[in-house]
Parts: sequence; C-alpha cells; structure tokens
Amino acid sequence: MPRRTMVEAIRDAMDVMMARDDRVVVFGEDVGYFGGVFRCTEGLQRKYGPTRCFDTPISESGIVGVAVGMAAYGLRPVAEIQFADYMYPGYDQIVSEAARLRYRSAGEFTAPIVVRMPCGGGIFGGQTHSQSPEALFTHVCGLKTVIPSNPYDAKGLLIAAIEEDDPVIFLEPKRIYNGPFDGHHDRPVVPWSRHPLSETPDGYYTVPLGQAALRREGSAVTVLAYGTMVHVAEAAAAETGVDAEIIDLRTLVPLDVDAIERSVRKTGRCVILHEATRTSGFGAELSAQVQERCFYHLEAPIARVTGWDTPYPHAQEWDYFPGPDRVARALQSVLEGG
Amino acid sequence: MTTEWQSLSLHVPGPPVRPGDRPDFSQMQIPRAGEVRRPPVDVAASDIHDLAYSVVRVLNRQGEAVGPWVPALDVDALKLGLRAMMKTRAFDVRMMMAQRQGKTSFYMQCTGEEAIACGFQTALGTGDMNFPTYRQQGLLIAQDWPLVDLMNQIFSNQADRLRGRQLPVLYSAREAGFFSVSGNLGTQYVQAVGWAMASAIRGDTRVAAGWIGEGSTAESDFHSALVFASVYRPPVILNVVNNQWAISSNQAVAGGESATFAARAHGYGIPSLRADGNDYLAVRAVADWAVERARRNLGPTLIEWVTYRVGPHSSSDDPSRYRPKEESDAWPLGDPIERLKKHLIVLGAWSEERHTQLQAEIEDEVLAAAREAERHGTLHDGPRPSAADMFRGVYKDMPRHLREQRQEMGV
Repeated sequence: MPRRTMVEAIRDAMDVMMARDDRVVVFGEDVGYFGGVFRCTEGLQRKYGPTRCFDTPISESGIVGVAVGMAAYGLRPVAEIQFADYMYPGYDQIVSEAARLRYRSAGEFTAPIVVRMPCGGGIFGGQTHSQSPEALFTHVCGLKTVIPSNPYDAKGLLIAAIEEDDPVIFLEPKRIYNGPFDGHHDRPVVPWSRHPLSETPDGYYTVPLGQAALRREGSAVTVLAYGTMVHVAEAAAAETGVDAEIIDLRTLVPLDVDAIERSVRKTGRCVILHEATRTSGFGAELSAQVQERCFYHLEAPIARVTGWDTPYPHAQEWDYFPGPDRVARALQSVLEGG
Repeated sequence: MTTEWQSLSLHVPGPPVRPGDRPDFSQMQIPRAGEVRRPPVDVAASDIHDLAYSVVRVLNRQGEAVGPWVPALDVDALKLGLRAMMKTRAFDVRMMMAQRQGKTSFYMQCTGEEAIACGFQTALGTGDMNFPTYRQQGLLIAQDWPLVDLMNQIFSNQADRLRGRQLPVLYSAREAGFFSVSGNLGTQYVQAVGWAMASAIRGDTRVAAGWIGEGSTAESDFHSALVFASVYRPPVILNVVNNQWAISSNQAVAGGESATFAARAHGYGIPSLRADGNDYLAVRAVADWAVERARRNLGPTLIEWVTYRVGPHSSSDDPSRYRPKEESDAWPLGDPIERLKKHLIVLGAWSEERHTQLQAEIEDEVLAAAREAERHGTLHDGPRPSAADMFRGVYKDMPRHLREQRQEMGV
C-alpha cells in the first residue's frame, strides 16, 4: 500500500476527482502554477490545465462567491482558503449564501462546494495563522464540517466531500500536514511514513461523512477528539497508562452521536479535546450531547481540554496549545472524580 | 500646539433637499436623446470612459426614437414591452394593497423602474441566468411568468413553491433564468460572475447578468465581483440600478457625489455605460450591446441604469419622512410607461383609448390571479406550508439531528 503525507493524500483526492469528474474545478490564492503555499494542489494545473485549476485574486468573498455561482451552474468547485484565519471576508458567502441556497430556493439551486482551509496552530503562526474556527461553521445549519486527523481519512473524506450535494467545510490541521504531531514540540519531527494511517490506496475510495473512528479501545474514560488532538490524546493515554477509549470524530456535522453514546455509556467518563478556544467551542456542544444522552451513566463531571480563551499567541504557543501534559492531567482528574 | 493648518472637517453627504424643500435635480447632467455615440462592441474600456459620465437616451421629449442607439424593434415588440411594464405596475399596486390588507407581511414595488427589468429580459436568451435583487420582478413578468406563482410566494401559502421559507418577493425561478434572490445585499453580484466563469470554463454559450442597487455598490462583494470579472473576463453583464435612494440614504451616501457608479468600472478596465433607465428603447439597446459583448467572449460590461424609485423602499417604509413628496414628479427622466406609450402614439400604433382598454384588461388579469392565489391561502388565513416543511431541504438528506428535532416538535 502506498504511503502518503496528509498533503499528498489531499492532493491525490483532488487529482482522483478531477480525473473522474470534469465538473470539478480547484482554485484559490496561489493554488495554480505554484501549487498552494502548503503544496496541496501541486501539479494539478499542469495536469488539468488552467481552467480546471487556477490562481485567484486575494479575495475570500470573491473565492467563495464565485464558487457558489459556479456550483449553481453545475460545477463542483473545490475552493482553497489559504489559512482558515483568512476565511472571515468569505464567511457571509458561506453562511448567508452557500449554506442556505438549497433551503431558500426549495431545491431549485444548490451549492455543492467544498471550502478547504488549513487550520490550527503548532507552526508558530501567531494569531493570524493558527486559528481553529470549526465552531463558527458547526453553528450554521446547511453546512457539513469535516476535520481529518490522518492521510487515509483525509483522502477518503475529501473525495466524499467533493461528491456531497451540500456545501462542506473541510478543515485541514496544518501541523499534521507532513507528519503526525502528539504535542511534544520539543521532540524530533516524525514523518507520516511510520504511521499506519499513512497507507492510502491509490485511486478512488471514500470515508463517509458522519462516521467517527475508534482510535484506541479502552474502558476507563472516553476521549472525544478530532484533528491534531487525536494524536495528543494517544500520547497522553500512552504516557499515563490510562485505559482511554479515543474517538476521532472526523466529521463534526453531521455528528456520529451513536459512537459517542456507546462509548460514554461503557466508560462512564468523558474528556473532550480541541485546540480552539473554550467558550462556545465545539466542546460545549459535545458536552451537552453527552450530558443529554448519557447523564445517568456518568461517574464524573465531563472535562474539556482546549485552547485558552485568548487570541493564539506567538511566543507562548506551547503555553496555549493543549498538549499531552494538560490532557494527562484531565484524564487523571476525571478518573479520580466520582 | 501651534499649527499652520486649519482644523479638519468631515464631509458628510446627503441629498440636495429634504421634505418641505423644492425638489432639485439641477446637478444632473442629462444629454439630449440621440446625442451619445454607439461604440462597436469590441471597443476598449479606456476608449469609452466618457460614456460613464453621460446617459444613453433614445426617446426624446416628443416621443421620437432618435440617434445611433435606436434598437431594431418592431411595433409588436414595443407593445409587448409596454404591456410588460403596465402589468408589472398593476401587479405591484395589487400586491401592495394585499400587504395593507394583511394578506402578507411585506412587499416591494419597482414603480418607475419597470423599463429596466422588462427591457433587459428581452435581450437575454433561453438558458441565460439573472442574479436579481428584490426589485427585478419585471424580469419574470416580461416573460409572462404566471402571476399566480409569484403571488403564492408573496402569500407564503400552500402552493408557494418555496414552501413558505422565504420572505415575500425573494422569488426563485430556475426555468426562467431567475436565480434565487438572497435578500442579503450585494452577495449575488459575485455569484453572477462565478456562474459566467463556469459557462466559459465549460465552453457554453450562455451568459449571466448580475444586479445590484447603487446603495449596495458600497458592499465589498461589489468590488470582489468587479475584480473577478476584470481578471477572468467572463460573459457577465453587471447591472447597477441607480434609483437615487437606498431606503433613506441618497445615492451621495454610496459615493455618487464623487463619481458615477458606471465610472467605478474604470479602475478595473471593464467597459461601462450609463443609460436612461426610464427609456425602454435605451434599455433594450444598451442591454443588447452588453449581451452581444458577453456572447462574443468580449467579457464583462457594467451598466448604470439611471432611474428613480417612485415608491417606498418597501411596504415598511415611508419616504415622506426623508424626501419631498413632489420629488418623483420632478424627476427629469419622466415615467417609463408614459414615454413608451407616447412613442407608440407618435408611431401611429397606439391611442389613449387602446391604452385605457389595455390597462383595464391587465387589471382584470391581475385581480383574477390574486383571487386564484388567495384560494391557496394567504399568510394568516387558509392553508399554508406545513411545519414539517421547515425541516426539509436544509440538506439534501435530512440528517439525524434534524429528524430528532422534527420528532421533538411532533410533526
């Protein structure tokens, strides 16, 4: 089985879909000739020509706006926002237009677009290259929100997203583009080639939206995580010896509540992880869901380990990032509780 | 602190007059009909900068069609145009009345602006796509789109194709080349550019038309649309309807004092024209010119239609609070229906009697349509879309959380 990095897997997903479906077009800032600042579209313009993969002006409202118009025409646009942090000028087009077009036109017009955007920190990007805005999308009805944690899922989920008939926000944790990252920033970088989930079949396959994956089976506590934090959770479980059951949500909307419910009913404890700020973060929704569905099975209060409610700092990056030590403390404290 | 400079002061623009004052359009420079040249469709944008500061006009005060922009329209086509405008106006009158009678929550007229949508639509072909604002009902009425269908939407009744989900007048009619109206201002301008880019990517022959009001040109989406149109040169006509008023804000508040809206295209290298929006013949001629440019792959055109919003912004607005009541009578470009009527009379193809007769026929048609629509219900009376409909169409397939919420509601 070929091994791919996240970048290669994401690029391969677009390549596979551009070859299968000539309605698929890929565009964004620097994605054409140059292949994107993270190289996710490298070679696609050369292979498919400049009307299938092209550079756009620096205008997120324009990028998403033309994508909506192209989708209404019948194309399958895959738009890249260079950093999730730059998404805000395009947010109105996502929220007021793409997300609601099917509903408001009673299905006459739809917006099957994928908006890809690198998210998260860990690269010393400061406040404008590190944000995790997933909750700003999960709060919007009409959108699906996906965030993969490994190359296998990234390729399968992106292909599924391109085939979706509804708009999909595809968040790509940039710190794990070129290797898994468990939060130990002081240790040498690990390449994807040593990770089993870098094995990605060639050609077409999908990972269906709305299905979580069990990353580690355990009985003591359920850990709900996505993106980079899945790797942090695995490290924390290994280092503490806590028998944690780690669920990688993969898709935030629609959410796999069955997987969550099954696990928490079994373990009776739940720790929720995300890199984004805490207040009104997606963890709040997860916590509410767990409480509503599993209250009588809980042995301890639900814990959240998240980024602090501050802008993403530069020098203090590792004080901000919810690394394995903070996760380990939460695991232990939830086990002591009840 | 001592300084050689005088204190700064901020310029806050406004209209020349307010309620109680005499209407004043003396700042408007209006050339005589027939005076503006008609450039070839492949003209360079830089060669027609002056046309963004002029006004293309065809019908003169005597009702004659004069000059290089006279479109090749026969008398029957002109009569259809007159009929479409009269029907649009009668429809507006009836629906405004229905709103006052409590049959719906909200309505928006286009009184005084009928020539723009009605005339523009006739320049398009099957499969072309408009991205309209809420004041382009004429695009549909000019195609004889069933009035009952529009009224069902306005009444949010059981026969509403949009299932009661959308504010009145925010229609969607794909078959008629009428994109779903958002209600957010300016957002659809850039979508029209995207649709046109897709048509070009696919090697199609269809063109798109974006619509925006002069007030909403202040939105960043207007700039995004012009940038993308400038960069990729897609087959799109970018219409700016300058009806002088954005609710209570005069066009000066959107920047109309410093430059015309047509002139905004200059920085983007997009050919632009300014035209008399109350002159059905000028509308058709200028629309034809721009559509031909798009169709011949010559790229985008921006058109500023100079007109006047005779009615309130919406049924919720009272313009007498911010502009003189007599202002619409003083509007120097006249009324589009009266002007085309006069032209047809000058041609010997129309008369006051036939006009009165047509008006009565149209009113009967509109009334009959209203009665039929009311049989399907009105907003507060009679059958309406089900509560279960509320949960449908958020996604193609209803996800579990919405199914659960629908069950929670018990529908």
